Amino acid sequence: MNEPIVLDIRDLKSHFFTAKGEVPAVDGVSIQVPAGKIIGIVGESGCGKSMTAMSVMGLLRYPGRVVGGTIRLDGRDITHLKPKELAKVRGNEISMIFQEPMTSLNPVYPVGKQVQEAILLHQKVSKEEAKERVLQIFRAVGIPEPEKRYRCYPHQLSGGLRQRVMIGMAMVCRPKVMIADEPTTALDVTIEAQILQLMRRLCEEQGTSIILITHNMGVVAEVCDYVYVMYAGKVMEQAETFELFGETEHPYTQGLLRSIPKMDEKAHRLYTIEGVVPNLLHLPKGCNFCTRCEEATERCWREKPCLYQTREGHGVRCFKYESEVQLDGE
Amino acid sequence: MENKTETGTETGKKILLKAEHLVKEFPIGGSRKAPLAVHAVSDVDLTIYEGETLALVGESGCGKSTLGRTLIRLLEPTSGRVLFEGEEITAMSPAEFADKRRQMQIIFQDPYASLNPRMSVKQIISEPLTTYGMKDKKELEDRVKALMKEVGIPEEFYNRYPHQFSGGQRQRIGIARAIALNPKLIICDEPVSALDVSIQSQVLNLLKDIQEEYRLTYLFISHDLSVVKFIADRVCVMFLGSICEIGPTDELYDQPLHPYTRFLLNAIPKADPRLRTEEKTLLSGEIPSPVDPPSGCRFHTRCPYAQDICSQERPACRQVGERQVFCHFPLA
Repeated sequence: MNEPIVLDIRDLKSHFFTAKGEVPAVDGVSIQVPAGKIIGIVGESGCGKSMTAMSVMGLLRYPGRVVGGTIRLDGRDITHLKPKELAKVRGNEISMIFQEPMTSLNPVYPVGKQVQEAILLHQKVSKEEAKERVLQIFRAVGIPEPEKRYRCYPHQLSGGLRQRVMIGMAMVCRPKVMIADEPTTALDVTIEAQILQLMRRLCEEQGTSIILITHNMGVVAEVCDYVYVMYAGKVMEQAETFELFGETEHPYTQGLLRSIPKMDEKAHRLYTIEGVVPNLLHLPKGCNFCTRCEEATERCWREKPCLYQTREGHGVRCFKYESEVQLDGE
Repeated sequence: MENKTETGTETGKKILLKAEHLVKEFPIGGSRKAPLAVHAVSDVDLTIYEGETLALVGESGCGKSTLGRTLIRLLEPTSGRVLFEGEEITAMSPAEFADKRRQMQIIFQDPYASLNPRMSVKQIISEPLTTYGMKDKKELEDRVKALMKEVGIPEEFYNRYPHQFSGGQRQRIGIARAIALNPKLIICDEPVSALDVSIQSQVLNLLKDIQEEYRLTYLFISHDLSVVKFIADRVCVMFLGSICEIGPTDELYDQPLHPYTRFLLNAIPKADPRLRTEEKTLLSGEIPSPVDPPSGCRFHTRCPYAQDICSQERPACRQVGERQVFCHFPLA
């Protein structure tokens, strides 16, 4: 990937300070987002994928806090911006869409007004001009009859249309990066496919980079250029999509892919990863995955592995692939 | 697997449950002259054979859950009838039906909402047993522990409460409750949709094991076509309250006859980037409202092959080998 890096997250640590102890929800995550690419972050619930996004957006709330690392947007450090400065960046240069479009739109304002607000907040344009821009973006995201929909309230739209409005709102200021947190999980498959196609198209046409957070390996395979697999707050494996699915290296990624029922084969039993995700309060001393790993050795229980580079652009957090080049230090 | 080949011949199999012209509508107001209703299930005929897994697939709002619930009388049908082992359960009095009810159980989607948070595992699993007359405490305890072992919940957790378990474990408790009375039919209503991938495969394997051991019949409701491919012998595709197509799983996946089935199969994101196609043929538009469903074939407003007749006449059932398709112009 030779494109310039737009968003550079280095060794990000976000912890939650709860009554029971310190929870390392995001524990040393480094993610590079090149211009005009779709980056996937995939993992099961509680792996820290959403918390990574919330940290980038400055949306972490008490008892959570970014305790280490840097987030650079176009070279500028945005890790600890003051609320006023952050407000200029958020929604303008970097924006976010959420899983449930119903709860993230305001039910008492027409959707057109809500999108218009995003423009008026960030850019010096007249109301009429802003409205014209809204209609334009509505057309771009495939909302039929944009003039009519402009005056609609969220409850009058279907789930798919609401998600299109959200994407429109996120894209209207032409941000450099859009973070999409499970954007299609609440949608039906035929609508999901439409939305994914739309995101792919916007990414290509407008040059916006997208971070796509999902638990669905199918969605990743379908649209992402580069993938990070997370588990218990850490990146376990990272590679280009074709490489990740073709040359899967980490036992966890392998297990994940093998446990999904395949469309093109009939298995009598599914492969399972035994056990459950460890409690973040009581993480194992060694590798976070050692409690469920079939190939775990005594060393895995004792030491934490680094992210080792196995090939150009492919990193694996496993002692099996220990090499000279470490992508992060522990 | 052997089951599969047998399910083929229509004659050799025993019918467990049969629905005839089943209709379920939910009134939502309107005026007396023009009452409004959600047409959740309209005129559905369905047969479930003993020992098979029949999957009911479709998008949200297509009526698959309502159909599942109406079949076991958790909802009373608006019209039509349901026969269970040849007896018409929709005509039974509550007292008569009570004895039949134990033969049919249900596993729900959300393992957080379907277990009473104020009851311990012991109470949850033993409730159906005591309802149907098991009084002896020792016997009850042994049975509950045996069931817990069956579904992979350690015996020590006997007195724990639902919040102390993970999502996968709660679903296991739900399964234990459903098999407690040795039922014949279990409706699995999206049993793995709320679970993580690694847990999902554990629960799916468990469902398969239990089916073999207890010789259960499943009606497996799901929107996830890859899960259905794994577990089902036959698949029934629904759209907006009516059936599009029913057939043996492999045949239906290899060669869909109804246009909707094909679009549905096409739209699933596949976990292999090599299968990525640049321009997918996608279904445009949204699902029509079930309050005012389209005339004729329910799918005609989204169907690229629709002709005049599609908007006028409801397609009749066509038998193609072992498969049934409801379309004026079936594919292939």
